[in-house]
Amino acid sequence: MTDALPPALAANPHLADWLGFSASGVVTVRPGKVEYGQGLWTALAQIAAEELDVRLDQVRIAPVSTGASPDEGVTSGSRSIQDCGGALRWVCAQARAALLAAAAARLEAAPDALTVRAGDVHTADGATGLSYWSLGAAMRPALLARAAAPGAPAKPPGRWSVAGRSVPRIDLPDKVTGRPRFLADLMLPGMLFGRVVRPPAVGATLDSAPAPPPGLVAQVRDGSFLAVIAESDRVAVTAARRLARAARWTVRDTLPDERDLKGFLLAAPAQVQPVVARRDPAAAARVTRRLHAEFSRPFIAHASMAPSCAIARWDGDRVTVWSHSQGIFALRGALATGLGLDPARITVHYVEGAGVYGHNAADDAAADAVLLARAVPGRPVRVLWSREDELGWGPAGPAMLARLSAGLDAAGRIQTWRHDVWSNGFLGRPGTGGEPRLLALSHVAGGAPIPPALDGPPSGAMGATRNAVPGYHIPDLEVTRHRLLAMPIRTSSLRSLGAFLNVFAIESFMDELAAAAGADPLAFRLAHLTDPRARRVIGEAAALAGWASRSRAAGTGWGLGYARYKGQAGYGAAVAEVAADTAVSLRRLWLAVDVGRVINPDGVISQVEGGAIQSASWALREQVRFDRTRITSVTWDSYPILRFTEVPEVAVRIVAAPDEPEAGAGELAQGPVAAAIGNAVADAVGVRVRDLPLTTGQVTRAIEAG
Amino acid sequence: MTHDIQVTVNGAARVVSCAPDTPLLDVLRHDLGLTGPRFGCGAGLCGACFVLVDGEPRSSCDLPIGAAAGHEVTTVEGLAAGNLLHPVQQAVLDEQAAQCGYCTAGMIVSAVALLRSSPAPTEAEARAALDGNLCRCGSHPRVIRAVLRAAAAGGGGD
Repeated sequence: MTDALPPALAANPHLADWLGFSASGVVTVRPGKVEYGQGLWTALAQIAAEELDVRLDQVRIAPVSTGASPDEGVTSGSRSIQDCGGALRWVCAQARAALLAAAAARLEAAPDALTVRAGDVHTADGATGLSYWSLGAAMRPALLARAAAPGAPAKPPGRWSVAGRSVPRIDLPDKVTGRPRFLADLMLPGMLFGRVVRPPAVGATLDSAPAPPPGLVAQVRDGSFLAVIAESDRVAVTAARRLARAARWTVRDTLPDERDLKGFLLAAPAQVQPVVARRDPAAAARVTRRLHAEFSRPFIAHASMAPSCAIARWDGDRVTVWSHSQGIFALRGALATGLGLDPARITVHYVEGAGVYGHNAADDAAADAVLLARAVPGRPVRVLWSREDELGWGPAGPAMLARLSAGLDAAGRIQTWRHDVWSNGFLGRPGTGGEPRLLALSHVAGGAPIPPALDGPPSGAMGATRNAVPGYHIPDLEVTRHRLLAMPIRTSSLRSLGAFLNVFAIESFMDELAAAAGADPLAFRLAHLTDPRARRVIGEAAALAGWASRSRAAGTGWGLGYARYKGQAGYGAAVAEVAADTAVSLRRLWLAVDVGRVINPDGVISQVEGGAIQSASWALREQVRFDRTRITSVTWDSYPILRFTEVPEVAVRIVAAPDEPEAGAGELAQGPVAAAIGNAVADAVGVRVRDLPLTTGQVTRAIEAG
Repeated sequence: MTHDIQVTVNGAARVVSCAPDTPLLDVLRHDLGLTGPRFGCGAGLCGACFVLVDGEPRSSCDLPIGAAAGHEVTTVEGLAAGNLLHPVQQAVLDEQAAQCGYCTAGMIVSAVALLRSSPAPTEAEARAALDGNLCRCGSHPRVIRAVLRAAAAGGGGD
């Protein structure tokens, strides 16, 4: 352990920001990171219970709110266990030390003669009657008001008894019984119901809207932002439908040709920046054979199961918002900027929505709700999006193109590597670059279109270049980013960012190079990898899958994929087995992962399984469809995702690394799984399919071009 | 036009005043305060709103309340016996078979219907029975294990 404070704690240094003890025997933990199905709050409760020496059921997680929680930024990037968990570990360790010191003073005993069990202070003779709960009130000023100090005596993992073990999720009992838990379940007194009538096309402007029908509380029009407010959702829905039919819009062609995504990516204005440029003329001179290939992915939708929802109330000069945003602090800032409000007068409460896989429409729904609440001061207004708007208006994961070339020497070793990636940016969250980036604010009178998404510094791997730099030993390496400066389809972050396409491209290309070198894909990778943790996960995945004895039956294919997420986080290797002719059936996936220290092993496995299946769905099925004016894939029929009869069996093995820091498990499966499936398809059909998704149409085209 | 419509929900006769074309889901959530069935798509394509109607699983988002009148509707809230979870609910917990959990109730409803008609389903039958339920988090393998586990525990015999 280093002595530096974890970043989240340095930013929120008071123990009272994070913890509170009640006389009833409960410790309340106040994280700034949110739960959206990834199991975070269960893991945080484990960390707190471990370091405080209380039982897991004595820990409560406080709701997250801009008014009461530490600002830990956005819950994203597979960093919550490290950042929030790391802060909590120090806070709780320090609180425990302070309890022991306070108890020792009262008992006139040495602190190290005392232990804490279930929150009670014990001596060798038994309970002392002192506890967090009995001393809590006395401790609060003395203990919890103090700032965290470096060097808190957190337990080494070898002494863990609650952390490091699989425990059931604390949020699931509500979810199997249907108890209210989600934002759409929240019914506030006097609440009104709003529905927004979105334009019929991306660049459409509103010419005229009819007068509101009787029975509405209000109809709101501001520029091309059009909405209704009613006493019930069913009245609002009906009115919104009528209004959509009667409103007149001017529609323009603003979208690229869906059939020529590569042409769009290559022709759009772009900022070209080097990511890595490491020249080695001697290595380049050893090249005897060069290979080239191009890989692409379409726009991909978040396609969360719940349409976005928000509630807002406008009271005088105060605005209160309930949102399932991943970043309630950034949302508050963007609302303030966009509406000219003082952020100190806005409170955003987080309430869970359905699963979150990046920047979805939650923030946009919040902006809708605030605009409607402004029209009916004093009453809360709930806005619920339709499925069609969720798929049609939420930000998409950008389409991408990766153009690779590499040179092999006579011995079949890679000497040179070029990787150019074309993409819109992935950084389009509210507030990015000082812009609100909220949909409704681009439609109101005077609103400007949402500017193209940013992508971070080229070498930062924060966007399109995530995992663009291969982890293999390659002497002469050049990676270049082409960030598009036009954004006809709004893009933002989607789970694993550029890693999904970059790893698919790199790992597909590795198989092509292995074939050119006459090497087994597994052996070829290991020959270019020195990191023992990388070698171990690949070996474990191969062993788990039975790679060495894999079936060679006709129509069956096996593939391997590997990456270290972000080049510096968790290691993941995947093996896929498919049955394929022109239609691909994914039968089984095996994964081995090394994510360093693990708080909840079953939670890690669940995240990796889920990531693997979602990645398989992207790789096999998913593409945002559009014509020249609008997104057309707005139902589950036109935007199909993998179904129960189509999902593979998934086996996950955690490779233990208890002495390594936590590395995050939520996103590391995406790239390796897509690559493993692509390689398995190539193995089965004998032709490389380089354009995602691997639909029957794409496989057929590749065979015909073959 | 608003009518008084009688429908039996979780064993109790309820009367609601609404237009007969109001979706059953809207009545369950807004008039009867049942949050288990959830809105996902409004077109019967995702399964988040599934309920049992006379024992058969079906979407409630596109079923007019008028068509449900006089029938027995069971939501996930009607499955447990007091504090004792239905075996399918218990199996979902035992397998930790959910991530966000938004669609879990709909899946449980589908699984309960399956086990009533087919108490010992094969894995393929369990997958087929749940094919109308979408999951975005990728919990499918755990859900299948939960269904088979509930079957082994006699979950069809309620």
